[in-house]
Amino acid sequence: MDGISYAALLFLVAVGLTLIFGVMRIINIAHGSLYAWGGYFAATLGLAIAKFGLSPGLALPALFVAALAVGVLLGSLLEVGLLRRILDKDPILQLLVTFAAFMVLEDLQRLIWGVQPYFVSEVVSQLGTLLVAGVTYTRYQLLVLPLCAIAVFLGLRWFLGRTPIGRQITAVTHDREVATAMGVNAARVSLLTIVIGASLGALGGALASPTTSLVPGIGAEMMVLSFAVVATAGLGQIGGAAIAALLIGISRAFAIYLMPELEVLVPYLIMVLVLLVRPQGMFSVAEARRI
Amino acid sequence: MRLRLFVGALVLLGVALPLAVPWLKTPFLLALSNGLAVLGVAVLIRAGQVSFGNAMFACLAGYGATYAARFWQLDALLLIVVGTALAALAGALVGLFMVRYRGIFFGMLNLAFSMMLFAILGKFGAYTGGTDGLRFERPAFGFVHLDRDGFESALLAVALLLALAAGWCVQRYYRSVSGQALAAIKTNETRLEYLGISAKRIFWGGYILAATLCGLGGTLFALTQGLVTPEMGYWVRSGELVFVAILGGSSHAVGAFLGAFVFEFMKLYAAALLTGMWQLVLGLILIVMVFVAPSGIYGLLSRLLGQRPRSVLKAR
Repeated sequence: MDGISYAALLFLVAVGLTLIFGVMRIINIAHGSLYAWGGYFAATLGLAIAKFGLSPGLALPALFVAALAVGVLLGSLLEVGLLRRILDKDPILQLLVTFAAFMVLEDLQRLIWGVQPYFVSEVVSQLGTLLVAGVTYTRYQLLVLPLCAIAVFLGLRWFLGRTPIGRQITAVTHDREVATAMGVNAARVSLLTIVIGASLGALGGALASPTTSLVPGIGAEMMVLSFAVVATAGLGQIGGAAIAALLIGISRAFAIYLMPELEVLVPYLIMVLVLLVRPQGMFSVAEARRI
Repeated sequence: MRLRLFVGALVLLGVALPLAVPWLKTPFLLALSNGLAVLGVAVLIRAGQVSFGNAMFACLAGYGATYAARFWQLDALLLIVVGTALAALAGALVGLFMVRYRGIFFGMLNLAFSMMLFAILGKFGAYTGGTDGLRFERPAFGFVHLDRDGFESALLAVALLLALAAGWCVQRYYRSVSGQALAAIKTNETRLEYLGISAKRIFWGGYILAATLCGLGGTLFALTQGLVTPEMGYWVRSGELVFVAILGGSSHAVGAFLGAFVFEFMKLYAAALLTGMWQLVLGLILIVMVFVAPSGIYGLLSRLLGQRPRSVLKAR
């Protein structure tokens, strides 16, 4: 059960990463710090709500507001300031630029929020607990997190498959040049996708913030984990990301239960095993070789 | 020719300055060991690949040397061999797996491996000293026991020689068949395969070379400090290696050392002035470098010296 709530968080972050990759063909390493920023900002909002004596019912919506704020602000900043300008550069340089952005954001985060751990968990205690098969779970972890992930998954499927803008995103993901030739404004689509993807990353952080304490470095950890999910699934695969997140989340929960020392290693081991058998990930589609 | 003069002047500076100003010895040593590791990363960049985990080989070599120093009380020169050999071996093993991946997969898988090493070193505190790391006594140097100052001087001399040798070897390697083929992995791997050359085997060679150089750098680093910590293999360190490789320029071996020296002194001064904003500064400089001078300090210098820089990192 712990595994499922963890998988839900992983999925949210990973799907944002994979969406952005789809449109830009860039793995945005700064995605990890979006997760961290989402978490910190949500914690700050939570503290503010508690401080000004506002209705505690606001705490849950505040998480979403925080995620959206971070996603829109940082996402568009990243796109307009950096990603858009490096599309035609060497892949190494693209990687380096997002890595540099990550370093900058990580330090800014440390300057703003300091290095002390933050722990704001009013939301969790408010929602109470549930007893399942003799084990007590918080309602937040058992219901809110998985429901959010499922909602995002279904919402994305509907958005990308059924709405005009979503279809434009799919078209750009498939082939940027052809889509542009067909009259899709690829630049606008990219901006939109990145804002959505960044918001999802920040949402992961915001939702995670009540369940863990926020310390510097969570961005890096989550970045690698969500990349493990995305790579296991195959780059750009949303459905695959859901399955891979579940796989990794649940096996990690088992590992915590069985061999706590190895907990950190499990996601990487799974990724390495999958990539040994299928170097492009489980659900990847064959791509034409360019000669 | 000018380049050779230039390198000669640099080496002379490397010998003369620490003799004149003794406190410079440690930063010079650190810069040299760092430069060796950066040279390793630069070899990979030659193949168009960035690894965000190569510090793991430096870390592994450092720990290997530390264990050897603690249990067998080996000579410092032997420790260098042990650490480097360990890194080469690890590179050969991990490389078997890594050569199948390119681009972001390569970078992140390296990162994943280095995070695993970092986690293991931190978790099994009983054997690895946990996050505090391990200390070791200053070993004998060439069967002579030296005081701290003498030890550093001797180490500096060895490091300088090793750096020269490594730089020369890497330049030779770049000009050899395998080195050219390595660069072709970046330009067009499919065509390389059409020529009947196994890109994977070539890349494996490059990967082992990179790991070995990182190991050599890591061992020297550990010997300088007398201490190893898991921090040596943290992803931030790997990121710094990549950063310095870009800063110095990866089209010539000299670039790695140029970058390392600039970086070391930047760190010395900037870290004091801008505590806590170190990564931020690095990140901003990196972004500026990518846009303004993608061929690094070496590229800028060789333009000054009237040579056309052969940038490995120009846009497609």
